[in-house]
Amino acid sequence: MKSGSARYLQVSVFAAATVAVQLTAQVSGKAYFLTQLTMTAYATLVVVGLSLLMGYAGQISLGHAGFFALGGYTAAALTTWDLGPRRGQAIVAALARLHVLVLRPDPYGADVLTVHPWAAFACAVALTAAVAFVIGIPVLKLTGHYLAMATLGIGTILYSVALGTPSLGAADGISGVPPFQLVPGLQIGGSPSIRVQNYYLAWALVALSMLLLLNLIHSRVGRALRAIHAAEDAASAMGIDTARFKLRTFVLSAVLAAVAGVFSTHFNGGIGPSEASIMKSVKYLAIVAVGGMGSLWGSLTASAVLNFLSLRGYFGSFDDAVFGGILILVMLFSPDGILELDLRAALRSLLRKPRPTGES
Amino acid sequence: MFAELFFQYLVAGLTYGAIYAIVAIGFNIIYNTTGIINFAQGEFVMLGGMTAVTLHERLRLPLPAAIAGAVLVTIGVGALIEVTFIRWLEKPSVLRMIVITIGVSILVREAALLLWGQDVRTLPYFTGDEVSSLSLLGARISPQVLWTLGTCAVAVAFLSAFFKFTMLGREMRACASNRDAAALCGLPTRNLVTLSFVLSAGIGALAGCVVCPITYTQYNVGTGLAIKGFTVAILGGLGDSVASIAAGLILGVVESFSVWVLPTAYKDAISISILLAILFLRPSGLFGAKGSR
Amino acid sequence: MATLILRRTCLTLLAVSAAASPALAEDTIKVGALLAVTGPAAFLGSPEVKTLQMLVEEANARGGLGGKKVQLVVKDTGGSPEKAISFARQLIEEEKVFAIIGPSTSGETMAVKNLAEEGKTILLSCAAAEVIVNPVAKHVFNTPQKDRYAVVKIFQHMKKLGVTRIGLLSSNTGFGKAGKEQVERLAPEYGVQIAVNDVYDKAATDLTAEVTKLKAANVQALVNWSIEPAQAIVIKNARQLGLAIPIFQSHGFGNIQYVKAAGAAAEGVIFPAGRLLVAGGLSDQNPQKAVLLAYKKAYEARYGEEVSTFGGHAYDAFHILVKAVEQAGLDREKARAAIENMKGFVGTAGVFNLSPADHNGLDLGAFELLTVKDRRFVVLDR
Repeated sequence: MKSGSARYLQVSVFAAATVAVQLTAQVSGKAYFLTQLTMTAYATLVVVGLSLLMGYAGQISLGHAGFFALGGYTAAALTTWDLGPRRGQAIVAALARLHVLVLRPDPYGADVLTVHPWAAFACAVALTAAVAFVIGIPVLKLTGHYLAMATLGIGTILYSVALGTPSLGAADGISGVPPFQLVPGLQIGGSPSIRVQNYYLAWALVALSMLLLLNLIHSRVGRALRAIHAAEDAASAMGIDTARFKLRTFVLSAVLAAVAGVFSTHFNGGIGPSEASIMKSVKYLAIVAVGGMGSLWGSLTASAVLNFLSLRGYFGSFDDAVFGGILILVMLFSPDGILELDLRAALRSLLRKPRPTGES
Repeated sequence: MFAELFFQYLVAGLTYGAIYAIVAIGFNIIYNTTGIINFAQGEFVMLGGMTAVTLHERLRLPLPAAIAGAVLVTIGVGALIEVTFIRWLEKPSVLRMIVITIGVSILVREAALLLWGQDVRTLPYFTGDEVSSLSLLGARISPQVLWTLGTCAVAVAFLSAFFKFTMLGREMRACASNRDAAALCGLPTRNLVTLSFVLSAGIGALAGCVVCPITYTQYNVGTGLAIKGFTVAILGGLGDSVASIAAGLILGVVESFSVWVLPTAYKDAISISILLAILFLRPSGLFGAKGSR
Repeated sequence: MATLILRRTCLTLLAVSAAASPALAEDTIKVGALLAVTGPAAFLGSPEVKTLQMLVEEANARGGLGGKKVQLVVKDTGGSPEKAISFARQLIEEEKVFAIIGPSTSGETMAVKNLAEEGKTILLSCAAAEVIVNPVAKHVFNTPQKDRYAVVKIFQHMKKLGVTRIGLLSSNTGFGKAGKEQVERLAPEYGVQIAVNDVYDKAATDLTAEVTKLKAANVQALVNWSIEPAQAIVIKNARQLGLAIPIFQSHGFGNIQYVKAAGAAAEGVIFPAGRLLVAGGLSDQNPQKAVLLAYKKAYEARYGEEVSTFGGHAYDAFHILVKAVEQAGLDREKARAAIENMKGFVGTAGVFNLSPADHNGLDLGAFELLTVKDRRFVVLDR
């Protein structure tokens, strides 16, 4: 078992790597790589949350893109919904006085009265937590393929709501989402002038989440989760409230996805229904599998590399094909994740002919 | 008028349901032998349809020959996939298999895009043409829907008989319920798994051909069909093909009637919500035995 | 382990950055092609990118653009807005392209509209939705005909037929949504009542239930607005149910593969479209005829597949850009102004007359009502 200081060391090394990447990019004249690296960070946040759920609570989820979209859409809808025409209403006036609403210029020069991004952020997190909690109670009673089906269903519902609701922009999604002023001087947004700070903000969020998750894993809760994963009945017999622990992990990982959704929506200036699609959920799940379930660092690495390469467009029209190929190769030769790859053993097993009948 | 409408919606639901059911059957065959879900099942359906169109239009084969050819080609692909990616794995976990089959499905889809391009293709109607329909209790139904339902019935009858009465079928079931024990009894478990891929690829290809005139085919139709087929297979209770057909028809009818009374934009959301509710109440599927999951 | 990750990440990054250093030559001008070449919208992006590759080769053989060779930087978005955003930023900030042609879909275009505006890069979208050019963004243009005019053409014909009660079906894509909104907006003007107004899934495999709803509502005509195979399915289902009413489709029907797919059911379907599909049958006086035939011949000879109107939108975009550079040279701001004030440009979609208030430039005359006769597109006799 790793000691507490080892965790902090890991996160420090990770932080150093983040700085090193930024400096390398800057020095080699590739500063614009930071844009895709920032987008990568937000996808990575979803992946590490899912990795916790799958690796430690043993729960598969084919609906995580739905939670990402739930967060993103809530933020996008609230920060672009112009309440100016309703200023006369008491509730709108009261919210404006409380600074929950802000007056800002839209890209075409007119002033709009919209919800403050912090308030929208709070709503997004609260809503996602509530939704995950309510659906988690029945869903987490299922196991195996039935659980996969139920989470797929949840994802499908969230996707078709995003795609079918005119006030959420239907197929076009929501665009024109303003930057998110965190504190004076720090802003989540896509403008090239704040590229460096956005890179650091995004990866700092990932680092903080990693610290939180690592501490959780090594706490009493984490031990309980591992016990559940290893043998749920035994854990239950030992007096662990398995349902409660699984539910909490589910909510936590959904909230991480929602936070990623909110920030990435402000960074990209919008969100569309494809962010909620089943294919997107499958992609998150596959990246966790490539990184190794329960290996948070492995998932992080897999997500960072795969998302970055995909967002840069290195594979052109073969993006999906390369992704599929990587999935198969990793699962065939290193089923515990890419970091566990033992090249020699893999080669040996590749060269060894399968025995004609039966198996160990 | 009301009764006529009711039957028309019912018939529409049967059309949807027949498509879902015939795709779902293929999932069950591999599940029955290996206990895994093959997420590339939808690609077999796509390959069947696309190959049949090519054989029919390019090589000018008559329709039955084109369909038989497509089934054979797809069987070959199914066997190739099993031998290349699955056969030599020792005790793969469920998740590992899910991810590998997802990977395979992506690769097959991309290969189809390279091979056939992105055009929409279709086979001619087996009987009649695009506009012909039969009258049934005041409702109208395309003959192709009857072909699809008929194929479902024949496929299920064949599979039930195969798994129940033939030695090979029983061996495959033994393989699913306990692979180690089956191997200890001297059963060639690896070959049985290959056989299950061959069978489900064949059934998938047949499904692809028979629904093609209704739904058309394109390199990317596999994913959508697979999601519906998976849903239906789970709802029926995995492994039970008869239950799959029932679940497929129920899902189709639910979707169709939801169109009658509600805006169709949320058709998927509504049908899935109802089905989730059923799943929560009966966690092992509509027709599955309690506790068998 | 963490050190290992660090090392691997750095190595990957270095390898990647080394591999990606673009050979920047001073005598080339870069044009970005931000198109959905693969994925669900490939039927748009694929002919678009093929058209552009063909045109760039032709242009370079003639000596390039403004004396410089054109380098086409193709970015395949796969139809995903997220990738469109990432790639638009690459094209604008890194490649510093002179202009971007694309995206193929309106959702993607709306996702990158502000990026092009902030990056002061000319964006010539191949998507039709009205929101792309209304409100006007200085640098954003689009080349397909406006949905509004497609709807007007349909309503004008309905008036002639005496149709006042219609059923409207549309797919849940940006294209379907934009058309649906225009039909809803213009229906009162033409005294048309929309009795059924439903949206179906773009991957729909059968639409019998939706069509049943129309049958029950006793509508006098069906209007379907979509761009996917579902538009061929819907007419099949309508005829199977014995619905003998006129069927109107959008300009998304302008691809002969849908006629082949729908077979007998496609006969008599009425839809507005640009003249590319009926180029051979146009009178010699028609100003577009020469352009249309030239494009059709070149495309079909090179790729061995039938030309579609979507590729035409890329054709128009590229030629508008060429014309602007010929007029204003390689100064981006001047070229932008030249596009904005371009008059009388004859393209595949129609005759473009742009202005600072109209960044599309096509009018009602760009559309012709077509119908299907003996599995071929012909101009509707009136």
